[in-house]
Amino acid sequence: MTSPIMRSPDQGGFVIELDKFSGPLDLLLHLIREDEVDITDLPIAKIADQFLAVISDLGLNQAADYLEMAARLLRIKAQMLLPRRLGDDEWEDPRAELVRRLLEYQQIRELVDWFGRTAEARAERFGRGYEAPPPDAPAAPLQIDLNDLLAAAERVITLIPDPMPHRVVPRPLDVEGATARIRALLAERETFGWVEAVGPAATLVDVLSVFIALLELAKRSELSLAQPEPFGPMVIRRESPREAA
Amino acid sequence: MSPLAKLLEAALFAASRPLTLEELLSLEPEAGEARVAEALAELRAAYGDDHGVELAEIAEGWQFLTRREYAETIERAQFALRPRRLSPAALETLAIIAYRQPVGRLEVDEIRGVDCGAVMDKLVERGLIEVVTRGEGLGRPLLYGTTGPFLEILGLKDLEELPRLDELSVALRRPIPVDDPE
Repeated sequence: MTSPIMRSPDQGGFVIELDKFSGPLDLLLHLIREDEVDITDLPIAKIADQFLAVISDLGLNQAADYLEMAARLLRIKAQMLLPRRLGDDEWEDPRAELVRRLLEYQQIRELVDWFGRTAEARAERFGRGYEAPPPDAPAAPLQIDLNDLLAAAERVITLIPDPMPHRVVPRPLDVEGATARIRALLAERETFGWVEAVGPAATLVDVLSVFIALLELAKRSELSLAQPEPFGPMVIRRESPREAA
Repeated sequence: MSPLAKLLEAALFAASRPLTLEELLSLEPEAGEARVAEALAELRAAYGDDHGVELAEIAEGWQFLTRREYAETIERAQFALRPRRLSPAALETLAIIAYRQPVGRLEVDEIRGVDCGAVMDKLVERGLIEVVTRGEGLGRPLLYGTTGPFLEILGLKDLEELPRLDELSVALRRPIPVDDPE
């Protein structure tokens, strides 16, 4: 069996470096050119397999972009395999979008060639007092005028929350509030547990408030407190409040 | 040469960047645009083929540039150096922005099939593209366009000098008509 892309390592080898490609579309175009296939009638299964083989052979430092394309190719491949009814006018070639993007990208590549040649020609003509840009300048020096500075300061200032000096305040127990809550619960239900009485995300002060309120209400016979078993949850049961009144 | 042409020659010699017609006109406002344009033509003709420098129309302005044939010799002597070449990624990004401007980052990403954020930041830093406006739609995305320095590095007079898309061998057809031979 002869493969159209059989190469021995000493002939330069089938070595593709991903860095040579400026993206998954570039790699795809390269494979299409290698195989000399019609871009508008892509043999998607073949191309997809080659694409997967290449990206898995290589260290992928831009993996996400290439993997996304791999997934796209596999989806198209799967869609091509789905049976379709003869004479189905509704059928849309699943490759159409990819082909459009490839053609568009191919056009960009052609422009890149032109840009490269044109820039090269321009670079051969020196202007007065020409200075080559420093190679990969580190961060450019900050160039700002007063307005930029003021605008930036404005943005920063709006981000600062209003000053909140820490004030130490006595935190009184809110027994009245807790009492009201427990009464509301009692009106709704015959029995409920300690956890419901305290409520979610209770602070230490809340717990103490509820505890005192419960004891107070128990004293007034509005409820009874029971713990059916050692260490079990406390059960709060409604008593007839009329008697207390 | 006319006195006006000599004045323009001096100004263009002194400047290290292309000077626009308006800028040149500011040297002698009473001369009027037509006479300045005339003097520029005279100056350009005077530099014809007999000089090592020529008057080039570039980036919507005028600038004295050395002739191409001396590039190598001048460079070997290290009197001047060519700017570094732009990477293919940078050229791709520039090409997309040049033709689609004003264009947002997402569209550039989409066409190139890769994340272009870093490349675009670098192009902005080099002054080749800039934010020109904000788009409609979600988040009002920043839209980019090319700058004067972009025309300068390509040696173009203006954007009209870019190749027309229908002159390329790959014409951009969209949407691709899907015709099944069967």
